[in-house]
Amino acid sequence: MSFYGVELASRLMIGTARYPSPAVLAEAVKASGAEVVTVSLRRESGSGRAGQAFWSFVQETGLRVLPNTAGCHTVKEAVTTAHMARDLFDTKWIKLEVIRDDETLQPDIFGLVEAARVLTDEGFEVFPYTTEDLVVADRLVEAGCRVLMPWGAPIGSARGLNNVYGLRVLRAHFPDIPLVVDAGLGVPSHAAAAMELGYDAVLLNTAVAEAGDPVGMARAFALAIEAGRMAHLARPMEPRDMAAPSTPMIGKAALGD
Amino acid sequence: MKIFVNGDRHELEAATLALALAALGYGGKKIATAVNGQFVAAAARPQRPLSDGDRIEVVAPMQGG
Repeated sequence: MSFYGVELASRLMIGTARYPSPAVLAEAVKASGAEVVTVSLRRESGSGRAGQAFWSFVQETGLRVLPNTAGCHTVKEAVTTAHMARDLFDTKWIKLEVIRDDETLQPDIFGLVEAARVLTDEGFEVFPYTTEDLVVADRLVEAGCRVLMPWGAPIGSARGLNNVYGLRVLRAHFPDIPLVVDAGLGVPSHAAAAMELGYDAVLLNTAVAEAGDPVGMARAFALAIEAGRMAHLARPMEPRDMAAPSTPMIGKAALGD
Repeated sequence: MKIFVNGDRHELEAATLALALAALGYGGKKIATAVNGQFVAAAARPQRPLSDGDRIEVVAPMQGG
């Protein structure tokens, strides 16, 4: 699997927020096997040390960084944040979020497409956080995106895949674009289901960070993603309405009256 | 002159963004900057003049999803 020409062995990308402690974060990231971590940009004072400490941690992991534009509500905010991220992290990758609705954190798909076009034209490699809407996805690809990241459900909601049909259609329509389910997953079976649909990867944060045992949950998600991927490659059977006996009837003993 | 850094008012005499950041304790730190909503690259900070009332944003790497 590759994103913008970068080959990755792990199909799990993991967020770094909301963990109970930096030590648990470090262990969970390790247990996940992820090769990409998402990070953000936030204000820091001249005397503040939080950002510098976090950056030291990221560097120690040696993992690739995917900076986000979380919290941005306008194209201008998102584009400026992307510029700052590129300056800071020295990467063309940007997880592009342009949020419209504060209750659901549903993206402003109009602003998202516009920002994706601006950033792609400036040489960014955009990972758009979008909905499962097929036409929006088409517009994003037209704008230059070569990865799409539809939500499973609202960020942090743990609801899983709200619209399996929509995700399935997206997969069928874009066989050659890497598709990542980003956001809304709660348990490993949700991630396995996404992979069984043929999705290329999963991006997680809260489901691991807010689990009772984040390290154990990180490992569980890694296994589920691997299982889901294997299942997809093994071509699942088609569902049917009626039973089909698995044990052959031929040779059954005649035991009736 | 007065400038605003991450929303806080500071009284500071600094001809450029780089000088202001050094005076505020940001020297050597891993940060990104904008002035009045416009991105200013690290390499451009020594050439970015400041004026009274400028609003500076200074961000650092932080946990994110």
